[in-house]
Amino acid sequence: MKKTNLYNYILELADNCLIAGQRLGELCGHGPSLETDIACTNISLDLFGQTRSYFQYAADIKGEDATEDSIAFLRFEREYKNVLLVEQPNRDFAYTLARQYLFDVYHLLLLEKLQFSQDLTLSAIAKKSIKEVSYHVRFTGDWIKRLGDGTEESHAKMQEAIDGLWTYTNELFEVTEEAKTLAEEGIAVDVSTLKKTYYEKVTALLTEATLTIPESKYFQKGGKAGIHTEHMGYLLADMQYMQRAYPNMKW
Amino acid sequence: MEKKWPLWEIFVRSKNGLEHRHFGSLHAADADMALENARDVYTRRSEGVSIWVVESKNITASNPENNGELFEPAQDKVYRHPTFYTLPDEIKHM
Repeated sequence: MKKTNLYNYILELADNCLIAGQRLGELCGHGPSLETDIACTNISLDLFGQTRSYFQYAADIKGEDATEDSIAFLRFEREYKNVLLVEQPNRDFAYTLARQYLFDVYHLLLLEKLQFSQDLTLSAIAKKSIKEVSYHVRFTGDWIKRLGDGTEESHAKMQEAIDGLWTYTNELFEVTEEAKTLAEEGIAVDVSTLKKTYYEKVTALLTEATLTIPESKYFQKGGKAGIHTEHMGYLLADMQYMQRAYPNMKW
Repeated sequence: MEKKWPLWEIFVRSKNGLEHRHFGSLHAADADMALENARDVYTRRSEGVSIWVVESKNITASNPENNGELFEPAQDKVYRHPTFYTLPDEIKHM
């Protein structure tokens, strides 16, 4: 396969959207209220739409029999390149929103750079996604403020979620070998440059939400290299079930 | 949790130049949340360009028991309808 670096980089971008979308999609019909249920699944569908654009492009590059579906559903756990943050489970509503918010802020910063990529397809996907993701940040950020600065119970739950997920934030800014090479060609985004702005933005919002910024200096990583947390296998078993049980099944 | 949230009436303008129309109602903790919920519940298939939200308790409604005195007297007064004018075809949304 030509362009192996580009293929792997696209998966790195797309898998975050796919797995974050899958986690939100699990709430379909189970959200705390009709309104928030629809809101979360709307975000999920936005992310799946973005995933499809990335995977269609990746399938073109890979050639052979690759399709957007085979890339989404027929890889093994070690071949998924999403960060550990997005695969963390929906323990409660605070956890779900905190996870999504911590990803959304990063996602928007990334797309704002990716829209200037020398790769025209990636640039087009980024431009289209920016409006969607701007709303995601707004929605989840509003909820962080509401729950953080809400009742004693909502504050405690949101603080627990932020404390629990903080350890996964640093991995967002790890630069893989593929991304490093492609960033030099002006195709990929050097995500390490987003780190300072990210923590400034997150700190400002958490402070406004009367939440405490965790002081932990130990961070988890591995997702970008395919080494996932124990939750990933269950997520994939659920997500891949239909294609594994009924190979080549189509709508 | 939604049991404590008040009810809001949602009005959506589907195109510039048209008026806001009542689309339905939903629950939200405050006006900001009502706007976001309305966006997600009522405009996700691009139904709208503008949203108004009004807390349902702020709407004063007529009592159905008074329908007789309020509305029936108008039923036999056809001359109040502008049906005797011919409208040019170009005029829409009348």
